[in-house]
Amino acid sequence: MKRMVNRKQKTEPGGCALKMGNFFHRLGSPRPFYELSGVVLPVAGVLTLISLVVGSIWALGFAPPDYQQGESVRIMYIHVPSAIVAQSSYMMMGIAGVIFLIWRIKIADIALQCAAPIGASLTFLALVTGAIWGKPTWGAWWVWDARLTSTLVLFFLFIGVIVLRSAKDGSEAVGRATAMLAVVGLVNLPIIKFSVDWWFTLHQPSSFSLTESPSMPAEMWLPLLVMVIGFYLFFFFTWMYRVRTEILKREHRSQWVRSIDDV
Amino acid sequence: MRIILLTVKRDLLLYFRKPGDIFNPLAFSLLVISLFPLGVGPSADILGEISAGIIWVAALLTTLFSIDLMFKEDYEDGTLEQMILGREPLLLVVYGKIIAQWLVGGLVITLLSPLLGMMFYVNTDGILATVLALMLATPTMTLIGSIGAALTLGLNKGGVLIAILILPLYLPVLILGVAMIDTATAGDNYAGHVLWLAAILAISIGFAPLATEQGIRISLSE
Repeated sequence: MKRMVNRKQKTEPGGCALKMGNFFHRLGSPRPFYELSGVVLPVAGVLTLISLVVGSIWALGFAPPDYQQGESVRIMYIHVPSAIVAQSSYMMMGIAGVIFLIWRIKIADIALQCAAPIGASLTFLALVTGAIWGKPTWGAWWVWDARLTSTLVLFFLFIGVIVLRSAKDGSEAVGRATAMLAVVGLVNLPIIKFSVDWWFTLHQPSSFSLTESPSMPAEMWLPLLVMVIGFYLFFFFTWMYRVRTEILKREHRSQWVRSIDDV
Repeated sequence: MRIILLTVKRDLLLYFRKPGDIFNPLAFSLLVISLFPLGVGPSADILGEISAGIIWVAALLTTLFSIDLMFKEDYEDGTLEQMILGREPLLLVVYGKIIAQWLVGGLVITLLSPLLGMMFYVNTDGILATVLALMLATPTMTLIGSIGAALTLGLNKGGVLIAILILPLYLPVLILGVAMIDTATAGDNYAGHVLWLAAILAISIGFAPLATEQGIRISLSE
């Protein structure tokens, strides 16, 4: 494995021997990734647990109820993080797709493949919690409004990636085809988002953004922030777990996997 | 340019030798939309209201089913491999194949759309807009669809897989197209919709064949 990496470095045009680049290059091959992630994984797991537990108790027990929506506003603490992380995971899939198509780094293919089911589940969670939230607030489980619809489309895009990837397990060509699809989807996402927004809108505008201060009181957005961080960590943790499993699955014939005791 | 024209000519010849490939998807989608009046009742009010949507469903179905066959035979008999190996750039061949596919798929449904419009009680303004909208949107659908067809080559999953992959990507043209027909039927100005559809078409013409070309190379790399 190591020899292959070295050879690749040599043949690559303009592959300067920067330390940083070297680090990423090593990380791009399964074995170093597996070893490093073995250290990172428990840390991420503990952090996920802490932030989700703290966030849930804070959000569900101590955050104030909304003056209009009452207690039902607490659904937001699940709904918003899952929607945000779902969108981010599609973005990550697209970027992994670009990396895999250009540099053919194996890990990128695995990263893409492993992010898809998690992203799909989170999108589904966002849709379901949205429906549950919609019933008391709008009086309907489902409304054909812009954001609901584009989230639904996002769900279908995830499904497409999952279906294509599983059409032929472990085949590199299918991996690249999937990467291509993820990239095409990523390019299309803004257009879809725009057209759907333009089509109809009833949903409230986004109340959370990086650049502006939130429009809700601190007692509400602080637990929300903790939950968002918790969901990101949760995504990272489960994703890394899946990546490690997939690495073992793909490399199960290689010497270094056979020599691991606890597998 | 010559290679594009030659590819178009060749593909058209192949399509005409096997007319079933063109007519089956068309017959199927015509059948499906004939079911709508039977399902929702023959009242002119209801049908007039949902007509734009029905016509678009017909266009989507025709494109989807015919796009599946776009590369299939060339893939199976090895022609596609020769096209990659050949001296002529694959990209131009892809352009040619897309044009030929549109001529027998999208264009046909566009030409048929006034008939469908009349069946569903669309007024004259609406019919005009329908033709214009489909004229602009069906090439986009063929272009985007060709990416899906290229990526699923050799997977033996057929049309359903392509449908799952590319239908979400059709959403913008669907929304704009239906909105355009509705606006026109109401007698309003729809120039904005035309420009948007044309813009999306222009982007697709530029980029989709590149993705398709890469997709073919990827699918045939194994």
